[in-house]
Amino acid sequence: MKRMETVPEPTIPLPLVKSDRGLLQWLSSVDHKQLGVMYLLTALLFFVAGGIEILLIRIQLIVPENTFLSPDVYNQLFTMHGTTMIFLVLMPTLIGLGVYFVPLMIGANEMAFPRLNAFSLWMTLLGGLILYFSFLDGGGAPNAGWFSYAPLSSKNFSSTKGVDYYCIGLLLTGLGSVTAALNFAVTILTLRIPGMGFRRLPVFVWMMFITAMLILAAFPMLNAGLAMLLIDRQLNAHFFLPGSGGSAILWQHLFWAFGHPEVYILALPPFGLISEIIPVFSRQPIFGYRFLIGSGIAIALLAFGVWAHHMFAVGLGNPVNGFFAAGSMLIGIPTGIKVFNWIITMRSGAIRFTTAMLFATSFIIEFTIGGLSGISFAIAPLDWQLTDTYYVVAHIHYVFLGGTLYSVFAGIFYWFPKMSGRMLSEKLGRIFFWMFFLGFNLTFMLQHVLGIMGMPRRVYTYPDLPNFGALNLASSAGAFLMAAAIGVFFWNIFISLKKGKQAGDNPWQAWTLEWATTSPPRLQNFDRVPPVRSLRPLWDLEHPEDPDWKNDNAKQARNES
Amino acid sequence: MTMQNRHEMKANEPKWWDTILAVGYGLLGGGEKAKAGRLAATAAPLSVSLRRELPEKSLRQYDLLIKFFVASETFFFLALIITYVYYRNLNEVISTSDQILSVKTTGLYTVLLVASSATLWWGRRELSKEKPLRLAFGLFITLVLGIAFLYGQGQEYTHLLREDVTVDRNIFGSAFFTLTGFHALHVFVGLLMLSIVLTLTLMGDFTGPHSAAVAATELYWHFVDVVWLVVFTVMYIIPIL
Repeated sequence: MKRMETVPEPTIPLPLVKSDRGLLQWLSSVDHKQLGVMYLLTALLFFVAGGIEILLIRIQLIVPENTFLSPDVYNQLFTMHGTTMIFLVLMPTLIGLGVYFVPLMIGANEMAFPRLNAFSLWMTLLGGLILYFSFLDGGGAPNAGWFSYAPLSSKNFSSTKGVDYYCIGLLLTGLGSVTAALNFAVTILTLRIPGMGFRRLPVFVWMMFITAMLILAAFPMLNAGLAMLLIDRQLNAHFFLPGSGGSAILWQHLFWAFGHPEVYILALPPFGLISEIIPVFSRQPIFGYRFLIGSGIAIALLAFGVWAHHMFAVGLGNPVNGFFAAGSMLIGIPTGIKVFNWIITMRSGAIRFTTAMLFATSFIIEFTIGGLSGISFAIAPLDWQLTDTYYVVAHIHYVFLGGTLYSVFAGIFYWFPKMSGRMLSEKLGRIFFWMFFLGFNLTFMLQHVLGIMGMPRRVYTYPDLPNFGALNLASSAGAFLMAAAIGVFFWNIFISLKKGKQAGDNPWQAWTLEWATTSPPRLQNFDRVPPVRSLRPLWDLEHPEDPDWKNDNAKQARNES
Repeated sequence: MTMQNRHEMKANEPKWWDTILAVGYGLLGGGEKAKAGRLAATAAPLSVSLRRELPEKSLRQYDLLIKFFVASETFFFLALIITYVYYRNLNEVISTSDQILSVKTTGLYTVLLVASSATLWWGRRELSKEKPLRLAFGLFITLVLGIAFLYGQGQEYTHLLREDVTVDRNIFGSAFFTLTGFHALHVFVGLLMLSIVLTLTLMGDFTGPHSAAVAATELYWHFVDVVWLVVFTVMYIIPIL
């Protein structure tokens, strides 16, 4: 087999902001790598904002009957925290990682539609800025919760302009997400290099493809709902006003018909990330590739049949509740399959516990806990008991923070050398991981208990009941530990960009195509790409005597033929 | 035959998910191309081709883009139509108010909109025979019919507003104007696309047999037409049955 030609080290991989017209070059860029970085920076900006909001909330909750925040400000802060973290942090992070790495992993030099790519980014940022502009408006930010339940979100009960900003901001970011999904779908279908069929597609790319399909089907539901809510508020229509022939429940249906697929939009790309990272640091090919992909597709299909488990307390009746409870239980099966795939990939592997692998491993644990508490909500009577308590808060954070955000951290530690050409400090990385791990579990494990004890969510303070104060104090301490950990993480990025170890093209001895180019990749990603004859093209390149496509054991492990 | 070739032949045997993919590709109309792509896998060349070097590839990209876009828009209209039906069943407001709609006039304009789809289809077919002037003619007729349809919608709106049926009157007004308004907006965007394509055709940009822009505009216009047929059925036909 012919070896790939070596690519010379680039002088300037991407234009520097400091260089002549460098800033203008970035702002007008249509390069997928620059846009990917700008997506991540957008997410970072809003991550800091959403983080400050939640720290203020945790200060308020340190002691019972605290008066640090007024009830109205508290409502605005938790609404903005939820909306920010889901729409302006997790979405742009995952889309940004996809925009950066999907073309690299399929051996392409660009996304299918570079200008549309830039449009998606700027729509997302514009929507976010408009949402945050509400703080400067006299009435303040939206205060009806991240799901803006009617009729609380109607003009009669939310007379300030906050919810209008919410509608317009989310419509714009929604538009950005839909166009990004269109771009992903077409890119993955048309720009794979010859040889990379759908059977040899990296799992991350597969998951981004499925996610794109989910976005295309789910976001229009939200957009339709937001349009109706805006028409209600601006033109005095009656959609969500039960008093004049409308229906508040329809908003819940529309929102959750989007909202639950959204959970999988934020979970499938992390599954893909983890499925890339665990094999590399276990030195084994991924176990059960077909089942990973198949279960991903199953999750995407089931995603549209479970939304009413958010609405058990509405009283839709036993047949409806039973249907959606069964659907929600079913979705535990494909998710469980994935967990076993990852565990068996690690089994008898030569595991290297780098920071990326630490996060990937603890992802499995935290996400499983989040999944199990999710299953407990699928049992309708339990849900009636626990709904609207801190148990829900604990569950959603185990899924989105212990799941999605852990995988993002794993992905950043894994891909940072590729994006910057320098390694992140492993020492600081470990400190960051353990601080964050402890802080996270301290904060949210206790909230399960608070929820079972009956502490309602979204209430600005609580009476001095036995243990409430102590548990909340510990929870707040955990939150500040996490914030300190994030500080270490930022410092790590800052210091490593300046004087981190040179990474080289493939510091982790990984196997997918993004590691076949330079670190960081030049404006044109590839001159030549090694042939793709298996899931691990770079392994085949390094081991011409024992490539995967000749190796019957490797094929069996991958379940490929 | 080397071991490598044997393996690659094996890799080309159909797998269980090829069925799913084939259905997916079939829905997207790319079955043959997908097959060609799989066969090309055996060659495994050492270099990547850039998108810009292959015009037929970008043709396929635009083709896929508009199909996925239309699929996504379908969910948007689905949500609005379900909303209308939901309120119809929820209380008596809609079933007592929708008698006011003028079925015959709107029915006539519906026929015009359906006819506009046919003229556009004819125009695109003429382009594939490399007769761009006929395409221009088809586009022009489509444009006129589309404008006539919007005029008809305007008439219906005027009629309703005169009867004091507005967005804020009751749930019928809210649901009616939102659904038909979003549809009219899509018709308007379609008219803009048609005008641009018509101008470009007259400037000689499209000589056939294939054009991604014309194909995309055609698909979008048919979509707008089909959505209207569903909306018309739900709002106008079902109440009089």
